[in-house]
Amino acid sequence: MTTLYTADHEWLRIEGDVATIGVTDYAQSQLGDVVFVELPKVGRALKKAEAAAVVESVKAASDVYAPISGEVTEVNEALASEPALVNSDAAGKAWFFKVKIADKSELGGLMDEAAYQKHIA
Amino acid sequence: MLATDAQTSQSSLKRTPLHALHVARGGRMVGFAGYDMPVQYATGVLKEHLHTRISAGLFDVSHMGQIVLRPKSAKIEDASLALERLVPQDILALAPGRQRYAQFTGESGGLLDDLMVANFGDHLFVVVNAACKVQDEAHLRANLSDACIIEPLADRALIALQGPRAEAVLAKLSDDIASMRFMDAGPRRVGGIDCFVSRSGYTGEDGFEISVPSDAAENLAGALLADSAVLPIGLGARDSLRLEAGLCLYGHDIDTSTTPVEAALEWSIQKSRRKGGARAGGFFGAEVILSELEQGAARRRVGLKAAGRAPVREGAPLFADAASSEPIGKVTSGGFGPSLNAPVAMGYLPSAQAAQATQVFAEVRGQRLPLRISPMPFVQNTYKR
Repeated sequence: MTTLYTADHEWLRIEGDVATIGVTDYAQSQLGDVVFVELPKVGRALKKAEAAAVVESVKAASDVYAPISGEVTEVNEALASEPALVNSDAAGKAWFFKVKIADKSELGGLMDEAAYQKHIA
Repeated sequence: MLATDAQTSQSSLKRTPLHALHVARGGRMVGFAGYDMPVQYATGVLKEHLHTRISAGLFDVSHMGQIVLRPKSAKIEDASLALERLVPQDILALAPGRQRYAQFTGESGGLLDDLMVANFGDHLFVVVNAACKVQDEAHLRANLSDACIIEPLADRALIALQGPRAEAVLAKLSDDIASMRFMDAGPRRVGGIDCFVSRSGYTGEDGFEISVPSDAAENLAGALLADSAVLPIGLGARDSLRLEAGLCLYGHDIDTSTTPVEAALEWSIQKSRRKGGARAGGFFGAEVILSELEQGAARRRVGLKAAGRAPVREGAPLFADAASSEPIGKVTSGGFGPSLNAPVAMGYLPSAQAAQATQVFAEVRGQRLPLRISPMPFVQNTYKR
């Protein structure tokens, strides 16, 4: 299992050909109190860089972009009833959605943990 | 993915006398109306909002304009009558020590700004919005200079202390606070400092606004924050608090294209300035506004509650039903109401479709979300009348 990061503050946990995607702890700290999360529909074919989900704080709405292409296989329904999970456990329980990776070569452009830590430092 | 605040903190931005305090307390600074202001502290918008409703919050509103209108004749009536040329409110009847909400109107009946006016006995004291204060001052000079000396008070900070504990906290620093009621205003000594205090605010809560000399502002804010009931509150919670209170934000819910009647602000226009009143009209846009007061306006500002959890934000078009192609109105303020634990919004709709409990739809990210027209304030205010 590998965890990769985007410059836009999403994380991807890669297990076989499935990537679980969420936003980083740094992202949640910048967003502030999350009050609503909108997730993609299961079965939707996401293209890399398109808006896939929305996370809303009291103040503003922010898009979460698909970090890679692939079909959505599962979404985290718990976020609908408990959006504050994004603040309390961004890297764990508050995963957003899973995709079946369409093109593994797209992972090449992502950061590892060390590179991401440098990115936000 | 991060929608960072529209303007990041920049050195070109002006600073209020409390800037160092905001930074020291971990305020996340953003540009607002030309000032470097805290949008939130480490507490976060949600908790800051809720804390204000259950205890007390301290807000730096020093970016707002404070202006004294001093009658050249030394008669306060002359300043009051002069100001009535620019606002549809009755200023002459405003008693010494009292404050009133007012609006500067334009030729076509639109709103140039909204403001608070207080009678301080021998002069008027007005507080205007930060983004409008330069134009407001010019507007006052252009129209009132025959009757008034216009003195912008550049060397004063403005601190709001809001919430159910505000009175108890402020009373520790001043003997003349507890006897004030909602919209009382005047000079008071607070913590040994000569201040102007009004019992009013922008949160729907009981509370005070304290105008204090700049060089004493940090001391006063520090003394208030030393009370465990008080937390510093940023602009983020200020916005969600005023939205729940149903209060207009200039430049969003009201502007030069909205009249006071469209904005549902008739309550602020006294009989004496209406048709048949002792001083009917005589302000910019009177023809439009007086006619709308009698006949109603074509559109109206309404409160909106969402059926679901998704916030509906400023700019969202409003539709009569889930399928219609033509929008009938627009959301002018919207977000999440922490005290209601639900989304709230306000916007404009045709008056014929603005009845309470009417269902309308907002378009958000291509989806039509149902909203119901709801009375404002969304959260009952707790003013000490």
